[in-house]
Amino acid sequence: MINAFAIETENLTKIYGSGNTEVVALQKTTIRIRRSEVVALLGPSGSGKSTFLTTVGLINAPTSGRIMIGGELIMDGTRALTDLPAFRRKHVGFVFQKSNLIPFLNARENVQIALELNGWTPRKARRRAIGLLDSLGVADRSEHFPTMLSGGQQQRVAVARALANEPNVILADEPTAALDSHRGRQVMQLFSEVAHAHGAAVIVVTHDQRSLDVFNTIYDMEDGVIRQGSLRQAHKHDDEASLR
Amino acid sequence: MNLATKDIRHNLGRFILTTVGVGMLLMVVMGMGGIYRGIIEDATLLIDTVGADLWIVQRNTRGPFAEVSRVPANLVHRTLAVPGAKTAREFVFHTIQRERGEIQRGQGKPIRIAVVGLSWPIDKGAWLPLVRGTPLSQNHYEMVADRTLGLSLGERVRLGKNSYTVVGITEGMISSSGDGLAFLTIADALDIQFDIPGEATRLEREARHTRGSLSDLGRAQPSITETAFKLPTEIAAIGPRQISAVMLTVLPGTSPDDVAAIISGWGDVSVYTADGQREFLLKGTVEKIRRQIGLFRVLLTIIAAVIMALILYTLTLDKLHDIALLKLIGAPNTRILGMILQQALILGMTGYGIAWVLGLKIFPMFPRRVILTGEDLMQLAAIVLAISVLSSILGIWKAMRVEPNEALTG
Repeated sequence: MINAFAIETENLTKIYGSGNTEVVALQKTTIRIRRSEVVALLGPSGSGKSTFLTTVGLINAPTSGRIMIGGELIMDGTRALTDLPAFRRKHVGFVFQKSNLIPFLNARENVQIALELNGWTPRKARRRAIGLLDSLGVADRSEHFPTMLSGGQQQRVAVARALANEPNVILADEPTAALDSHRGRQVMQLFSEVAHAHGAAVIVVTHDQRSLDVFNTIYDMEDGVIRQGSLRQAHKHDDEASLR
Repeated sequence: MNLATKDIRHNLGRFILTTVGVGMLLMVVMGMGGIYRGIIEDATLLIDTVGADLWIVQRNTRGPFAEVSRVPANLVHRTLAVPGAKTAREFVFHTIQRERGEIQRGQGKPIRIAVVGLSWPIDKGAWLPLVRGTPLSQNHYEMVADRTLGLSLGERVRLGKNSYTVVGITEGMISSSGDGLAFLTIADALDIQFDIPGEATRLEREARHTRGSLSDLGRAQPSITETAFKLPTEIAAIGPRQISAVMLTVLPGTSPDDVAAIISGWGDVSVYTADGQREFLLKGTVEKIRRQIGLFRVLLTIIAAVIMALILYTLTLDKLHDIALLKLIGAPNTRILGMILQQALILGMTGYGIAWVLGLKIFPMFPRRVILTGEDLMQLAAIVLAISVLSSILGIWKAMRVEPNEALTG
């Protein structure tokens, strides 16, 4: 039976430093995100959003707690139960702010490399990369280098790369920060579409309040603690951010 | 997908400039090796090509290439009488320096000529590597000159009281000090070596006559003082002029060591095999410069390795964000290591190719021979390969320490 949850965490804790310099970035977080669920993670700067994202994305090891992806226990405390880079390239897709495309590869190659790293032959990887770019509306820019693409086009290529290996989880950190509102909303809608089309869970860290309606669930994070939030709370954070 | 070549193609201008820089550096290393080889080849060139089994020189000297050696010209006949001797030739070797304006038309820079006397008519220079003209065809007033002397075929060159016509041009006949060789007959070589101004000759004759006339013998026999006015070569008591050495070849089946054992018993000469002469040159005359160039070559190789390591390290630093990104999307360390290593090898081998091509164009313009032997080129290629691998270690070490989450910053 296929596990309904794409991501599960149990008492996930991340502490940086020790003694007087100790910072608890993530406090005993237990969260379950279903397949095809699109989640927004809001919170002020320093609240632990990126720590949560990188920990769930298997980039940072937690101090304690457990991480399960697709029903498989991956991290038990600091102990990895699988080859993390290999698991990451197969099951986790990342989308970040601009400048996260490899500059010496063109749009197609940026997608193709993710596939080749996962064992695809160059010919098949090329075909799939072009297909993904086509589905995201940037096939005509496939031979262009990142510097020749607009911010929106770059993010579409990044999304294509994140989707390339049909991951269980897509993690996005401020993906619309460099985009205008129209493009930003397009990218958010894109996440929603791919989550439903591919059955992936999508977690998006964002400050963009205008597109929150595309999310299934909104979480609010403060001082390393995640709570299920609401649109009203999200606006409150946005106002605070504006005042700062 | 080859990430190394993709990165190079994307930054082609920078890569070309870097490679040309590395290539020029390697060309200097290659050139040093060529100069080192050239010194050795030049030093032993004459010994290797002249075709002598034994060299008979002044007693307790190391031969004409190492120091001044004087033996009587009639030593040739004595050595020919030794059992096992096949041929004996006179050998004269000395270096002269003249202004170009003195020896040919026009004014110019100093010209150094290493004069070699050939034992006419046994040796007309048929063994010389001629590129133009012919060997010597007469006993006097002809010379075969090396191309490096800048003399042309048919040109008349004034040395001492006589002029000599260039009848042949050789290629690559250089003395151990790097001067071009000129081949003349023994008689002409000695004329040039012992050229005395007319006034000095007159003064010497007058002094000889005065000394004779003041002696009892001179007073008793005036014909003796008459004889003193003659040329030195016509005075039997003064004897023949002296040469630098005698070159001996032995009969087939005869060991040069056996012949040398007989000659070494003579009290007035020392005898060396061709290998012995070569040894004296390499261990004596050119030893210091050979070692100096050799050490400088080692130093340059180390410097090239350090510079290549820094270049590769800097190229890796420029790519740290991309490397972090590759790690983030799951690239294994071996893939990143492979990228840096391949770039190092491409840089090193392309640089080597540039060095080789530039060297072929530039080294012939050098005043001394720069010899690139296949063995030396292979050795340098292996060194460059090793340098490329070693110098990439610093960059690889840095890349391995990059964490994937560094892709999220900056």
